[in-house]
Order: sequence, then C-alpha cells, then structure tokens
Amino acid sequence: MTDTTSAVRMTTGTRIYLYVSLSLVAMLVLIPLVTTALGGFKSLGDLRVNPFGLPSEWVWSNYLDILFGDRYWRQMLNSLFIAIVTVMLTVIVSAMAAFTFAHVKFFGANQLLNYFLIGLMFPAATAILPLFIRIRDLGLLDTYWGVILPQVAFGLGMSILLFRNYFRNLPEELFQAAFVDGCGYIRFFWHISMPLSRPIVSTVSIITFVHSWNSYILPLIMLNTETKYPWPLGIMVYRGEFGTEWQLVLAFITLTILPTVIVFFVAQKHIIAGLTAGAVKS
Amino acid sequence: MLFTVFVILPMGEAAWYSLYRWNGYGLPQQFVGVRNFEVLFNNAAFSQALINNGIIILVSVLLQIPLALWLAMMLAHRIAGVVAFRLIFFLPYVLADVAAGLIWRFVYDGDYGLFAAVAGFLGVATPYVLADRSLAIYAVLAVIIWKYFGFHMMLFIAGLQAVDRSVLEAAEIDGATGWQKFRYVTLPLLGSTVRLSIFFAVIGSLQLFDLIMPLTGGGPSNSTQTMVTFLYTYGVTRMQVGLGSAVGVVLFVICVTLAFGYKRIFMRHD
Repeated sequence: MTDTTSAVRMTTGTRIYLYVSLSLVAMLVLIPLVTTALGGFKSLGDLRVNPFGLPSEWVWSNYLDILFGDRYWRQMLNSLFIAIVTVMLTVIVSAMAAFTFAHVKFFGANQLLNYFLIGLMFPAATAILPLFIRIRDLGLLDTYWGVILPQVAFGLGMSILLFRNYFRNLPEELFQAAFVDGCGYIRFFWHISMPLSRPIVSTVSIITFVHSWNSYILPLIMLNTETKYPWPLGIMVYRGEFGTEWQLVLAFITLTILPTVIVFFVAQKHIIAGLTAGAVKS
Repeated sequence: MLFTVFVILPMGEAAWYSLYRWNGYGLPQQFVGVRNFEVLFNNAAFSQALINNGIIILVSVLLQIPLALWLAMMLAHRIAGVVAFRLIFFLPYVLADVAAGLIWRFVYDGDYGLFAAVAGFLGVATPYVLADRSLAIYAVLAVIIWKYFGFHMMLFIAGLQAVDRSVLEAAEIDGATGWQKFRYVTLPLLGSTVRLSIFFAVIGSLQLFDLIMPLTGGGPSNSTQTMVTFLYTYGVTRMQVGLGSAVGVVLFVICVTLAFGYKRIFMRHD
C-alpha cells in the first residue's frame, strides 16, 4: 500500500478524522447485514420491539428448521449446478474462440470479433421476450438449459475479450518454437496456452460464477417449477409465503447469503481482483 | 452459433416483434407499425420509468462516485485496518441484488424494521417509506448507493496505486495544499478511472431490475418503475410481446447510443 495523498507524516487530527469517517461508513454498511443475521434469532415479538439489539432470547429453531428442511439445500444445489455448468461452458467456448482470434489469421476475423463485442453493449433484458419465445420453441422452457445457454451466450462477449487480450500477451516466440517442433494449434492450445492462462481462467470463472449465482431475471422468466428454482427465486417465493413473519425470512436470507460471505472472506483477494480487474481490462 | 441464436437473433427479433400486436403464440400477424412505440411514450408508467432511470444515473454519477473516490482517497493512507475497511465496503457488491433488496425491505419496514425502531425512539410517527409514492424512489436510491459504491471505490483504489508519488511530492514542495494536490494532480491523473467508473454506473443504472423487485416491485403506483421493471410488468407478465419488445428496442437504442457516444467523446485516449 503506497501513500499517495501525503508525503509528510499524518497529524493526529487527520488520523481521527479518517477513523471516524471510515467507521461511520462501515457501520452504515454493516448494520443492515448484522441486524438481519441477528433478527433470524429473534421471535417476532422481540423483533418488533427490538430490531437493533441482541435477541432477548436466542430462538435457534428459525435457523434449524430451515437447515433441516430440504427446501434451502435444493435451492442452493440448483444455483450451484447452474453456475458450475455455466462457468465450464463459458470458459471452454470463449477460450477456444479467443485462441482462434489471437493466433489464427482468417478472412473476416476482425469483423467477427466486433460482432461478438456488440454483445457487451446491451443488457440481456432488452431481448428477454424474444429470448423467452426462442427457449420455449426449442422446448427448453422450465429446464436448467433454458437458463444456462442464454447466460453463457451473454457472457461470451466479455470473456472472449479477456481471453484474447491475455493470449495475445503470451510471448510469440513460444508459439513459433512449438510450431517448429511440430506442435499443432490444438495441442498448443491445450498444452501451452491453457496451462499458462490460469490467472485469466480464474478471472473469467469468478465473474461468470458470481453473475450466475446472483442472477434473477433469467431464471424468473425461464423456470416455473419451484423445485428447479435457484436461490434468488426461491428466497422471493419464501418471502411471499411467510410474508410478515420477518424472523423466518431474515433467517432464510442470512443462510442464503452466508456461503457468499464466507467465500468472499476466504478468497477476497481473488474475488476483488477478478471482479474489478476484469472490468478494467475489458 | 450459441451467441447468434441467443444474443443477436433475439435482439433483431425484438425489433421485428415491436411492430406487431402479439400474445406470443402462433406467428405475429397483426402488424401495427409504430403503434407500440406511441403507446409506450404516452404511457405514464413508462415516462416515470424513463425519469427514474435518469435520476438513478444522476445520483450514481454525482453522489455515489464522489463518495467512492473520497473513501478510496482515505484508504490510500497508511493506517491500520485499511484492508478490513476495504473488505467491508466491497461486501455489499458481492451480495445478490435480490438479497440486498430483501434486507433493505426489512430495514425500511414500518412495523418490524429498523426504521420503525428509530422512529419509535425519536417519538415520531413511523414512516412507511416504501409505500409512500414520493419517498419510495429515495429509499431505492439509498440502497443502490449502499450496494454499488464499493465497486467504484475499488476501481479508484486500483487507479490511485498507479499515481506516481513523486509528482505529489513535487507539488508539495511547490507548496500545494491538500485540496490543490487533489484537484490539480490526483484527479487529472485519475481521469481514465473516473471515465470508466461513470461508464459502468450509467450502463448498470439502465439495467436495474433485480434490486427493485424485492424492494417495491416498481410500486407504489409505478413510482419506482425502471425501464426493465416496466418491461417485465407490462411485457412479460401480460405477454404483450409487441409492447415489451418495443421497450427492449428503446433500451437497446439508449444503451448503444450512450456507449458509442461516451466512448467516442470521453474515452478515445484511454
């Protein structure tokens, strides 16, 4: 961490100002999250008189009932399945396409690349109705593929760009040497480019995974059987069912975001770098 | 192939469908020309959605980005706990919009939520902010800032690390004050990051949907509608394919115009 704002030693005044401002903002960020987690331990009456403080009596059953039911786990597994398949398809397809763009000169390559980059320009929502009709006519409505395929397709623009920029920065000599040794494009791709591309594979995977894990509008439109719902849909249904029984809803919210929070704190460096650097590089 | 079938074709079809009145079954046959667009622009809810998207962009750019920059500047100091603060500030960004929306729905709840408790403590009548036509949009804006400032802050932290310290030291030797250093040295050097950050804020604001649905669903009486929630409410749930596609076309034109225009004018040197 370099000090970019002041070359001189900080005064105590500045120090206090910094800590007070930063702590205030941190509190505004954390209070909604902490009260949500604590609220899950309260009874409804307790929540009504005391939404801020510690529970007057810790009600574990709110959490335990959800954890011992199958609803929560089913939703998490649905989300996990959709996200993992989306990531694998996105990485394989976009890496191969980007490899071609980076190394093979063919007629219309630039035009084709620009064609993919159009996809970066507009959100999936603009075409959601025709997309729905297409998925319906393909018979994929209410299947995981109806969610996965459009997700992969809309992720391609960004991931192809990230992969291509990375592949192009791999030393050209490597390619020539391999070529002289009789290594073809396909072997070069699998044995040289991909093993050297771990950083960019992880960036693309993180962006795609987070996007898919959190996505709401696409499954909302494509799925209509509740047992297939990923968690963002499931949580909305749960909230609709339990309405003002906020203590249950809060426990459910806490459990659904818990994996995200844990993974974020464990792998924070990779996730922050993936989500921000990914945005900047493209 | 995949890309053509699921990205480009649907966009083209949206343009085609937008000229028809169609419930999505059979083939679109009832050609109505630009009628859908006329209906759209005479629709009060859609006008409100356009205005709201405009407000969201303004607030994101004029409030959220300065806040993010201010925090990034503070976190550039060599003080203990910097890493922890960065983590906390970035945390809302990794949470799903739906979860964040529901959490804030609880915060704003007039019976069980934090607002109810604060109002009770102050001895004033509990405001039901999300049910109030004039307040709901501000409540939504606060959640948007809460959710996304961490992302912009991280962009600025990355940008600040690239700022050459010796330039700042030179400015200091020349007697520049803290503000002058910021205004005439740091900010210009951060130019490309600021432009990038604005670009993301604008594009993100235009597609806002997931956060609105759990908070207000576009209500009360359409006061927090955005273009995408409007598309969902009027196009998808009622299967008015023509009208919904027309919204898609309008959104597409706005996105592409902004993206191209912005890149051409502001980002050509980056």
